[in-house]
Amino acid sequence: MMHTATITGGAATPTITSERFIEGFRWMLLSRTVEDKISALYTAGKIVGGVYLGRGQEAFSAALAMALRPGRDIFAPLIRDQAGRMAFGEPVIDTLRTYLGSVLGPMRGRDGNIHRGMPSNGVPAMISHLGSTISVVCGMLMARRFRGEQGIVGAATIGDGGTSTGACHEALNLAAVEKLPLILAVANNQFAYSTPVSRQFACENLADRACGYGMEGHTVDGTDLAACLAVFEKAVSRARSGSGPQLVVGKLLRLCGHGEHDDASYVPAEVRTRPENRDCLHAARQTMLENGWATPRELETMEAEAYETVQDAVSRAQRDPVPDASRETWAALASHWLIEGGKQ
Amino acid sequence: MSITYLEAIREAQAKALREDPAVFIYGQDIAKFGGAFKATKNLARDFPGRVLDSPISEDAMMGMAIGAAIDGMRPIVEMQFADFSSLAFNQIINQAATHFWRTGVPCPLVVRLPSGGTAGSGPFHSQSVEAIYSHYPGLVILTPATVGDAYSMLLEAITLNDPVLFCEHKFLYYHLKADRLPEDRLPIGKARIVRSGLHATVVTYSAMLHESLRAAVELQKDGYEIEVVDLRSVKPLDTDTVLASVARTGRLLAVGEAFPWGGVTAEVVARVASEGFHLLDAPPRRLNSKDTPIPYHPNLWSVHRPTAASIESAIRELLKQ
Repeated sequence: MMHTATITGGAATPTITSERFIEGFRWMLLSRTVEDKISALYTAGKIVGGVYLGRGQEAFSAALAMALRPGRDIFAPLIRDQAGRMAFGEPVIDTLRTYLGSVLGPMRGRDGNIHRGMPSNGVPAMISHLGSTISVVCGMLMARRFRGEQGIVGAATIGDGGTSTGACHEALNLAAVEKLPLILAVANNQFAYSTPVSRQFACENLADRACGYGMEGHTVDGTDLAACLAVFEKAVSRARSGSGPQLVVGKLLRLCGHGEHDDASYVPAEVRTRPENRDCLHAARQTMLENGWATPRELETMEAEAYETVQDAVSRAQRDPVPDASRETWAALASHWLIEGGKQ
Repeated sequence: MSITYLEAIREAQAKALREDPAVFIYGQDIAKFGGAFKATKNLARDFPGRVLDSPISEDAMMGMAIGAAIDGMRPIVEMQFADFSSLAFNQIINQAATHFWRTGVPCPLVVRLPSGGTAGSGPFHSQSVEAIYSHYPGLVILTPATVGDAYSMLLEAITLNDPVLFCEHKFLYYHLKADRLPEDRLPIGKARIVRSGLHATVVTYSAMLHESLRAAVELQKDGYEIEVVDLRSVKPLDTDTVLASVARTGRLLAVGEAFPWGGVTAEVVARVASEGFHLLDAPPRRLNSKDTPIPYHPNLWSVHRPTAASIESAIRELLKQ
C-alpha cells in the first residue's frame, strides 16, 4: 500500500500544509455532496440521460486542479472530475444547470451531464471518445507558446481504460516531441466500465510507460489526499519550469458504477474491502481529526455548508428555463451565411 | 509567367502567414522538406517556427489543431494524403465539427486534403473524401477546380471561424496553370457556371470539371450546348444555381470522382428531384467512380473514374431520353 508519492525526476516531495489539506478536503466534500444529490435526482427521474460520478476519485481530481492556476492554466476534465472541475473554478450551479438541461448553463441544453466545459476559461468540453482531449490540450498549450505566454501548464485526465486508445498514445508522443508542459493524470480505478485492468493492459505500472515516451512518470496512492497534493504540486512545478510532460498515475478504486445505471456488481467483494481501496473522503476526514485540523463539530459544519451550497444550486437550476425548440437556431456553423436553410 | 494550382496553394498559405500571426501550418514532412507535394516549399524558412513537422499521428495532429483553434489560433493542417484523414476522422467529425454548436466557441481551422486519383496511386493514395465529411454538421467542405479558386478559396477558408476541409485535387497540382492569381473572388458557397448551354446541365466539381468541359467541347461538334456548373464548395451546396441551370436545360447529369453510394452527386440529384422535379424533361442521372477500391494500374484506374469519354456518353444517353 502506497501512502507517499513516489516521484521519479528529482527533488523531495513538497510538504503539504494543513490549510492546503483542508482546502482539498472541502473540494472533495463538496464534490461528494453534489454527486450524491445528482444521483438522487437521477433516481427520482429528474435527469434526462446518464449520470457519471467520481466517487473515490475526489482526492486525485481535486489535488490536480489545486496545483493549477484557474484562469491561466488549462484543465481538461473527464467524467470523474467533479472535484477538480470545481477546484478549477466551475461554479456548482453550472454542474446542476448542465445536468438539468438549463439554457443558462454552459451547454444550454445542447449537450449534457459531464460533457460540459468553458473553453475560454481554459476548460475544454470533453467529447465521449476517450483520449481525444489530450491532444486538444496540447494544441491549447501550443497556442500559448505561439503567443509567447510563459509558464502555462495544461492538464488532462483519463482512466486506466482510456490509456489503451491510440489517441492517448499519439497525444503523449506529440507532447513529448514538443516538450509541452502537459500533465496527464491517470486515475487507475481498476475497472473501465466492467473491464478489469487485467484485460486492459499487461504492464506492471502504467507510469512505466512515461519512460517510453520520454516524459517523467509519477505514481501515487490516489486515496491519500496529502500524497496527491504533493505529487501534483511536484509534477506541475516540473512541467511549469520546462521539464516537459508529466504522467501521474493514481491507484484507487471507483466507488460507484460506470454510471448510475450500473450497480458495479462485477467488482468482487474482496476488492471493495481491501484497505488500499478505501474511500479517499473518509481517509481525509480521519486525517483532519487525527491531526486536530478540525473537530467533529467543525466537520459537521463543513458538511452542512456543502449541503446548503448544493441545495441552493439545485433549487436555482430547477427554476431555470429549459430549451425551447422553436427558439433554437439549429446553426452548427459560426459562419451563419454558409448555413443552408430549410431546403432538405 | 504562369502559376500552377499547387503554387497557388503555396502562395495562399504564404499570404495568410504574412498577414495573420495566428496562422500556423502543421503536418508531416512540411517544414524543411516542404511537404510531400511541396505545397509548403520554403514556408518554414520564410516563417520560422510557424511551419512545423508533426509526428505520424493524424489523430493527435487534428486534436492539436483543434486545441490551438479554440485558443485563438488559425491552424492549417496538411494531411499528406486525404486518405489518411480517416485516422483523424473522430477528431474532425466529433471534436471540430461539434465544437461551436456545443460550446459557442468557434473552431477556425483548415485541413488541407490532397485528394483524388492520379495514375499509379492505388487504393490508399487516391480517395475523394468530401462526401463522408459533408454528412456531418458543422463543417465546410471545399473542392476547388481552378488555380484561382485554389488560391482565393483557401485564403477565404483561413478567415472563416469554422472547420474547413479543403479538398485540393492532386491531379490538378502540376497540370493546371493560370497566367496570374485572381484579384477578385467568388465567395465560398457560390457555384460557378463555367460554360453556358441549352440542352443539358452537368453539375460537377474538382478534377471532374475539366473532364466534363472536354466532354462538352466534343458534344458541341454535334450541335449540343452543354451547361457546366462547378459547385466549388460541396457544403454548403449552391442549390439555387443548380436549379436555375436545370430550369434552362431541363436535363441533369451530376458527375463526381468519388464512390457511387450516396455522396455529392446523389445529393445534387436528390435536391433537383425534390425541389425542381417540374423543371426536368428527363430522369436526372449520376456518374461516379466504380464501386470498388481505386485500382493501381493506369489501365484499370482510367476506367474506374469518370473521364471525358464516359461523361460524353452519359450526356448522350441523357439527351436521348
